[in-house]
Amino acid sequence: MIFLFFLLSAVMVVSALFVVFSKNPVNNVIYLIVCFIAMAGHYILLNAQFLAVVHLIVYTGAIMVLFLFVIMLLNLNKAIIPQKSKTTRIMAVITGGLFFLVLLAATRQTFEILPRYPFTSTIGLVKEIGKTLFNDFLLPFEMSSVLFISAMVGAVMFGKKDDAV
Amino acid sequence: MDWTILIYKTIFLFIILLVTLLVAMYSTYGERKVAAFMQDRRGPNRAGPFGLLQPLADGVKMFMKEEIIPLSANRVLFILGPSIAMTTALLTGVVIPWGGIITIGGREFSLQIADLNIGILYVFAMVSIGVYGIMIGGWASNNKYALYGAIRAASQMISYELAMGMSIVALVITTGSLSLHEIVAQQHGMNWNIFYQPLGFLIFLTCAFAETNRAPFDLPECETELVGGYHTEYSSMKLGFYLFAEYINMFISSAVIATLYFGGYNMPFIDQLGLPQNVVTLLGTMFFFLKIFGMIFLFMWIRWTLPRFRYDQLMNLGWKGLIPLAIFNILATGIYYYFTELS
Amino acid sequence: MEKLTNRSRVVSDKKMTFLEKIYLPAIIKGMFITLKHFFRKKTTINYPEQKREFSQIYRGQHVLKRDDLGRERCTACGLCAVACPAEAITMVAAERKPGEENLYREEKYAAVYEINMLRCIYCGDCEEACPKEAIFLTDRIVASQYQRLPFVYGKELLVEPLDPDKRIDVSVRQTDEVRDFKLNKRFAHNK
Repeated sequence: MIFLFFLLSAVMVVSALFVVFSKNPVNNVIYLIVCFIAMAGHYILLNAQFLAVVHLIVYTGAIMVLFLFVIMLLNLNKAIIPQKSKTTRIMAVITGGLFFLVLLAATRQTFEILPRYPFTSTIGLVKEIGKTLFNDFLLPFEMSSVLFISAMVGAVMFGKKDDAV
Repeated sequence: MDWTILIYKTIFLFIILLVTLLVAMYSTYGERKVAAFMQDRRGPNRAGPFGLLQPLADGVKMFMKEEIIPLSANRVLFILGPSIAMTTALLTGVVIPWGGIITIGGREFSLQIADLNIGILYVFAMVSIGVYGIMIGGWASNNKYALYGAIRAASQMISYELAMGMSIVALVITTGSLSLHEIVAQQHGMNWNIFYQPLGFLIFLTCAFAETNRAPFDLPECETELVGGYHTEYSSMKLGFYLFAEYINMFISSAVIATLYFGGYNMPFIDQLGLPQNVVTLLGTMFFFLKIFGMIFLFMWIRWTLPRFRYDQLMNLGWKGLIPLAIFNILATGIYYYFTELS
Repeated sequence: MEKLTNRSRVVSDKKMTFLEKIYLPAIIKGMFITLKHFFRKKTTINYPEQKREFSQIYRGQHVLKRDDLGRERCTACGLCAVACPAEAITMVAAERKPGEENLYREEKYAAVYEINMLRCIYCGDCEEACPKEAIFLTDRIVASQYQRLPFVYGKELLVEPLDPDKRIDVSVRQTDEVRDFKLNKRFAHNK
């Protein structure tokens, strides 16, 4: 188990690094997919089969396909991407650093959360997730579905031809 | 983990792999025979009796062909494409319950490799990853027809996955479980899900055709428009992998349809016969394969009956036809169970 | 215009009914049509074992006939080459030497006679043009080759063998009516 954990983590970190450093956009997406599949492996190690599979279906199977789709359609090459100006780069570094700080803070929080919600082997199963979603987190769940509906309506509006609006 | 179980599972895994490959091999033969028969021809009948060795001859031919990788292609991805297609196609067979329980020397062996409690979703995940094989291969070929094929494949898969998932949601409402083993166990006797979910079955079937890229939804590889679609640049065994993956997908989706809607390995009136359990299991497995072959025949039958869809018709059917129907199906099922379970 | 079949239908742009819109009945109907064909008698002929019967006057590979005494009938007049629309026939004429009367019927004969089987369109005009009843088309099929050159058939392939048992039978074509027609062809259209 420990060995698997370190293997998956290594795959994840290496592929995530490749996402950042690889120059070819299609390769970037493929490394990201590898990263996501390794993440699904982590879920399985936590006995969260439902989460793992949903992660595979939604992120790997749908969202990354769309990414790849768009990149293939645009046919991006190294030469086309314009060099960013110095200010943009500095801003990017600052933004990235801030985001890293937020992540660090969130990681620290988990040390406090863990004792409050002790890990059980059934926590990732469908039944538990369903109960948690529809009892403890009903309002956020419903709110996010409203958000999805509005996003869908917006997409349909974009998709309509101009004269039909 | 018990060692006997581990060894048994390994052996069973290999058997399933072999059976899958064998069925896929003979599906190519069956496809050609069915096509020929429906067009008043005889089909392959030269290699061996009734042409039964034709798949072997085809395989040897594929191996012997010259291996061509285009100069401008991305070599790594070019090889990765068919590998992904083949791997994901084979991975799905793991969760399908091929039969009941066999008792040998007081030990019970289940004819299913892994009884995941999210079996259906696992099948879905594999199907949704399978599209990468086509997309990566099509893009890496650096050929416009291949790219068109890849893009068509991606958009078609995404569109039909939605409707497929929603038809499954309605099914899950009726069965109350995501485990394939559980779903089959509930359909004991003639208690098949198709009688409870006829509309869902129709949607699922249509989507299965689209997901396996079979006619009338074979737009990613339609010869008349795109030369060969995503596998235009492929030759030798890499092309063989793509073609083979299609037949494996067909076999697996037939198995999934038989499991979900036609009661899997359940045989009607089996309880009245009073046979020993092992015989019942074997009979059930045979009956299951009979159902699968029936589904494969349906796949072929439809392929040689219906003409190919146009691209916009395909998208219209998916988004404006099947998805609203699937949502309606979910609503109707939900309302029905709300009133029957609560009263 | 007169209808060729009674299956034609006028295309209309009318609104489809609900049953037509969901296409399912039409699909099922189509599937039953293909199923019907599934059990039909197959029309294929298993070629090498089973051969389609040729018409008696099938126009296949040519033969240069000999007469009853085994002499070549051809006199190298060149009418067949002139009649050939594909210009597939070439020949070189030679004079018969004394002592060769048992080989050639006429005083002049074809030393070289070649038909390019790739050019030939098997129209049968050579047969019709021949005044000496020498060239006929038969119901034999020209064998396939890997190169082009072997398709130029010389006399060794065209002239029928001397052996009476191996003679090529063209009696179906060489009837009295045919001979009569050939002899009086010039005025045939006036009669």
